[in-house]
Amino acid sequence: MIEAIRSAMDVSMGRDEDVVVFGEDVGFFGGVFRCTQGLQQKYGASRCFDAPINELGIVGAAIGMAAYGLRPCVEIQFADYMYPAYDQIVSEAARLRHRSAADFTCPLVIRMPTGGGIFGGETHSQSPEALFTHVAGLKTVVPSNPYDAKGLLIASIECEDPVIFLEPKRLYNGPFDGHHDRPVTPWSKHELGEAPDGHYTVPLGEAAIRREGSGVTVITYGTMVHVALAAAEETGVDAEIIDLRTLVPLDLDAIAASVKKTGRCIVLHEATLTSGFGAELVALVQEACFFHLEAPIVRVAGWDTPYPHAQEWAYFPGPARVGAAMREIMETR
Amino acid sequence: MTAPLRFHVPEPASRPGGAPDFSNVVIPEAGSVTRPPVDVDPKEIRDHAFSIIRVLDRDGKAVGPWTPPLDKEALITGLRNMMTLRAFDARMQMAQRQGKTSFYMQHTGEEAVSCAFRVALAPGDMNFPTYRQAGLLVAGGYPLVDMMCQIYSNERDPLKGRQLPVLYSSKANGFFTISGNLATQFIQAVGWAMASAIKGDTRIAAAWVGDGATAESDFHAALVFASTYKAPVVLNVVNNQWAISTFQGIARGGSGTFAARGLGFGIPALRVDGNDYLAVYSVAQWAIERARRNLGPTLVEYVTYRAGAHSTSDDPSAYRPKAESEGWPLGDPLVRLKDHVIAIGAWSVERHVQAETEIMAEVVAAQKEAERFGTLHAGGTPSARDIFEDVYADPPPHLRRQRQQIGV
Repeated sequence: MIEAIRSAMDVSMGRDEDVVVFGEDVGFFGGVFRCTQGLQQKYGASRCFDAPINELGIVGAAIGMAAYGLRPCVEIQFADYMYPAYDQIVSEAARLRHRSAADFTCPLVIRMPTGGGIFGGETHSQSPEALFTHVAGLKTVVPSNPYDAKGLLIASIECEDPVIFLEPKRLYNGPFDGHHDRPVTPWSKHELGEAPDGHYTVPLGEAAIRREGSGVTVITYGTMVHVALAAAEETGVDAEIIDLRTLVPLDLDAIAASVKKTGRCIVLHEATLTSGFGAELVALVQEACFFHLEAPIVRVAGWDTPYPHAQEWAYFPGPARVGAAMREIMETR
Repeated sequence: MTAPLRFHVPEPASRPGGAPDFSNVVIPEAGSVTRPPVDVDPKEIRDHAFSIIRVLDRDGKAVGPWTPPLDKEALITGLRNMMTLRAFDARMQMAQRQGKTSFYMQHTGEEAVSCAFRVALAPGDMNFPTYRQAGLLVAGGYPLVDMMCQIYSNERDPLKGRQLPVLYSSKANGFFTISGNLATQFIQAVGWAMASAIKGDTRIAAAWVGDGATAESDFHAALVFASTYKAPVVLNVVNNQWAISTFQGIARGGSGTFAARGLGFGIPALRVDGNDYLAVYSVAQWAIERARRNLGPTLVEYVTYRAGAHSTSDDPSAYRPKAESEGWPLGDPLVRLKDHVIAIGAWSVERHVQAETEIMAEVVAAQKEAERFGTLHAGGTPSARDIFEDVYADPPPHLRRQRQQIGV
């Protein structure tokens, strides 16, 4: 998935001279996850460069650049490091267009690796998507595979609105399904593991159905798509698995169509449970599908604790927890 | 025995009931500070961060190396701009008291800073202002009626009723949309300037912040980025002594001056008499030329005084001596420029009185025009539909649904 993300930036920089890329370690070195490797060499240091360790400064400067007319695509090294930039994201990037009546706009992408599963402890594992989906004016994207990652990132760079682009870091090197004790599967064996060369987009606001089924709808995104697929396989539950891809704007039509069909719904994310994006999904599903529901909607999520280090797999909502939820909801009559 | 530690909280020189005390504001003679070439090594002008560049002396004469090449016409224009801003403030302050808007912020005592700075810029340059730089718009020729329509949030408000009064926006006039969150735009100005350099443009940016908000992390981020990338930006700190009720020493801490904040970043820093129109213009021109010639950022501290309240929601008599503003040793910027143009024979007391009448008539006429389109609580208002526009470039489905819910 790293190559796909890099290719998205490469293609965008090649097509549009206004696309610039910067962040901590992204220039000469190419980023701690190597997502920007070679871009400085190819496009020069004025279009891909290292930034001081100052997330507020990275995002604040990028907002000024976007207002000037560039299309910055900046990297926050870990989503956990974005908090110093939060005021710039919430009060500035998200609102420039509205408060200036479109006199100034902010076509900006903020990429950040998200989620756990790499023994990163509490400061390299968080999933802060709900902190962005709650903010009017932002779009929030979470890809689950290389094909989508490239197409969604190009679409985000071409978008006229500020986009938060959360990259599940545990997916960088393969479709991780939560079985941490098994050998890593590479992307090369996955049907969406290859991002084609050249330019293509995956539109923001369209969900994808990763597994068709009639028993229960699982609404999820990012790493948890693969966990849900594994759980369906292992339990034999005929789950329909929806990969949201974009949290805002949300493809409510795809969600409602599926839940009306299955009559059951599990909402699944790695982020902490309380006030998570899953709460919004539950509310929307009951508004849109209440009379089709045959069982209470179930949430499976990270515990409401800081992300632990040694106990990572007790925290991570893996296939066993998801599978148990699937069995339980199927038993509800 | 080691003595116990003591906690230190700085206090201003004087509080209500006390006598104004500006003995700590050391004011050098007009004309006494050197004017280095713009390509000077910043290390050689470190002392400038601790002095005050002044041009107008007590007799209204322009003296010393910073005397700018402004002709009589330009000086009269500058005076008229400041008078317009003061008249505008008077009318809008009154309009707020009459309930025609929710809020207003005056510039009293600080008119020279934004009015003079604007004149030194070139078309296409971009200001990232705070709420007390409307002189940038007035001196830039932005229509007073449009400013008033914004303040009234009426049907002609260019910002469609979305923003608090005085948080204007005008890209065409080089005036970035003002944020109510302080200092956020200081770093954005640096980013804008970086973009201009990346594109090989010739336009420069001007960042603005008050003394109090220099304490924000955004200010330090801006200095790091400006220093690292030698961004073509002028970093303006308007030190008007008071951040609402908090005196400037709380933000400044142990630093001798706000200008001195630039020194650790290798950014040349100038301190200027903010109530001296000629000095402000001259320093602005120096810093703008440095930026334009690819020599990098300059930090400028304008030493001035907020003679009025912070806003219509503030009462300064609760935290500073009533007579303090009259005791401010750098005087009134408008009176000082008036005295100068009279001293050089370009103006007279009679013409000034006449101009005051004319300008007030212009402002009142603009106000009448603006009020034809409504005030906050009466007459034309922006549509509720406007809430939902411009949140995104195109309204996504959930906003379309919500717009339908309120029936617009």
